[in-house]
Amino acid sequence: MITSRDDVWQSAEVTAVDDVADRIRRIVLQPERPEPTRPGEHIDVLATVNGEQQVRSYSVVEAPDNGGHLVITVFRTPDSRGGSEFMHSLEQGQVLRVTKPLQNFPLRVGAPSYVLLAGGIGITAIAGMAALLRRLGADYRLVYVARSRAAMAYLDDLAALHGHRFEAHIDDEGGSLDVPALVAGVPAHTELYMCGPIRLMDAVRRTWADRGLDRTNLRYETFGNSGWFDAEPFVVRIPRLGVEAAVGSGESMLEALEREGVDMMSDCRKGECGLCQVKVLGLAGRIDHRDVFYSDRQKASDSTMCCCVSRAVAAAPPTSSGKRPAVLTIEVP
Amino acid sequence: MITSMTTTTTNSTTAKLLSYPLNAWYPAAWDHEITGKGILSRTIAGRPLALYRTQDGHPVALADACWHRLAPLSQGKLVGRDEIQCPYHGLRYNAAGRCTSMPAQETLNPSATVASYPVSERFRYVWVWLGDPTLADPALLPDMHQLESDEWAGDGETIQAPCNYQLVLDNLMDLTHEEFVHSSSIGQEELSESEFEVTHDENTVTVTRWMRNIDAPPFWLKNMRDKFPGFEGKVDRWQIIHYTFPSTICIDVGVAEAGTGAPEGDRSRGVNGYVMNTIAPETDRSCHYFWAFMRNYRLESQLITTQLRNGVHGVFGEDEAMLQAQQAAIDANPDHEFYNLNIDMGGMWVRRLLERALESEGRSVAAPAAAPAASSKG
Repeated sequence: MITSRDDVWQSAEVTAVDDVADRIRRIVLQPERPEPTRPGEHIDVLATVNGEQQVRSYSVVEAPDNGGHLVITVFRTPDSRGGSEFMHSLEQGQVLRVTKPLQNFPLRVGAPSYVLLAGGIGITAIAGMAALLRRLGADYRLVYVARSRAAMAYLDDLAALHGHRFEAHIDDEGGSLDVPALVAGVPAHTELYMCGPIRLMDAVRRTWADRGLDRTNLRYETFGNSGWFDAEPFVVRIPRLGVEAAVGSGESMLEALEREGVDMMSDCRKGECGLCQVKVLGLAGRIDHRDVFYSDRQKASDSTMCCCVSRAVAAAPPTSSGKRPAVLTIEVP
Repeated sequence: MITSMTTTTTNSTTAKLLSYPLNAWYPAAWDHEITGKGILSRTIAGRPLALYRTQDGHPVALADACWHRLAPLSQGKLVGRDEIQCPYHGLRYNAAGRCTSMPAQETLNPSATVASYPVSERFRYVWVWLGDPTLADPALLPDMHQLESDEWAGDGETIQAPCNYQLVLDNLMDLTHEEFVHSSSIGQEELSESEFEVTHDENTVTVTRWMRNIDAPPFWLKNMRDKFPGFEGKVDRWQIIHYTFPSTICIDVGVAEAGTGAPEGDRSRGVNGYVMNTIAPETDRSCHYFWAFMRNYRLESQLITTQLRNGVHGVFGEDEAMLQAQQAAIDANPDHEFYNLNIDMGGMWVRRLLERALESEGRSVAAPAAAPAASSKG
């Protein structure tokens, strides 16, 4: 990983914090070594979680003063692994270790048209792209979807800035996004950039493939923290090693196995690279595949899974009493 | 024109070797060097590039390092309409630098891309922009229209110059060196005796020198006789050096029968050439120096095209030897500074424009001092 390099880490001081939506906080950092940023970039942050330093990634929403300030925006997740809680505890004047802006989600300049699709907190990766395309006079649509208006950071600002190019789809106001209609209306050679919950992104990926559009024109970034089901505790066993670990709803299976002392291999920790894959030997419950490494066919077979993001959930609909956690039996490399 | 009303004084440049701006078009290759059959590996402004053409003929410049393990893509092969395949593990990328195929998995890692730099093909070169792609406006290409005009003929070559690119710009902005470096072809003592005039704006520098009623040096006497067989007598000679940011210098050169009005604009009794020079930094201590000699007379003669190209090849070989020796002496005398002469006026304006651009990019002006000499790859 690029983040293993010493020269990318620096100090950054928190210069402002304010809430911009329900459980969403805007944090302004002043990095030690300012540099210009480009849309799609993120910074890695050392967060203190349970007394340990852990790396979390946040999109750079904007970087005023030519990178002199970096604005990130953090959603405090209900099943937080602790990172977002730490970020919400930050106060003005605190100093963090952060990387310089890193690019995994570049916006290509020069496409004939663009669709930018943000789901919920995914707007943090998308807003900067929209601002740049507007400045360049590009042909773009900005589509912002969420469950409720209260959970939409920057909604009014974006609507004002992007005018007729902006549309919001809000579930609890009856305006859910019709994904097939969105993809059906995309002209050939359009590039679609998206960041949001895996359900949304999976739906777009499938309709994109069904339409036979060039799959390299579908660009996305995943945070690896959303699934088809809510996170719940489950049990994972490795018979060969005699390990049984209880995975809490606020941690990943990978983290639970590492906590138990299992020597695990992994890299991206967001379900992209496939290094953390484990073999599924037995399953009481079902697997919530949250990665983008496996194809739909592979996910349906349930024979392997990416343990950095994917989880197990109980098969039966949860009831208030007598619910048994899912149990996964696996083998690791 | 006045470019600044501030009272800050700008010191004359003290950097011997300059760093290179990135928000600029650099020539990456001659048009014919980039094909749809093979991949050209070339480093421009410190960035190793894999250069090729799609099946539709569009030039492509990708970062020459696979996303996966950084194997050089230029050692791979071209596949399909616009793709390049990594020679190591077979990952494929399209012209946009996006991975289209990776081994042993059914999906594509969404992060798998290599940089695809903006390119523009014009004036017989393929140009590449390595800085902020949103600023890559083809309108910023330097004017080298003589290279693709019906009214001019000629050809050129590339010199792999083992020196900082600014030393080449210095060389071309002050032609008094011709008297000493090129004494057998274009040199003559009137070069350093005649006055010259320098003008500049935000993007260009011009140095104009006229030498009146002089003997034509051998190179120019030959050219006059190509157009006016049997020509004898004195000539008026001109050198009008046009620099355009960041590294293009087109020199309007020629001689005309003395007293026939060339300085006033009537060049009909003379011969006119344009020395087209455009330089791409490769490393801090090497550059790709693309040149051509164009003429606007005897356009039909391929013989003259070849003779002129060969003649200039010889002349520029003398420059190359001097530039290499100068770079070596600079590196061997790190504690010694440059001093400036009156004749450096043009080169000093070039340095100032480059320094301003580097400062506006937030980059250091001086090239690193002690880097080991890098080898040119061609």
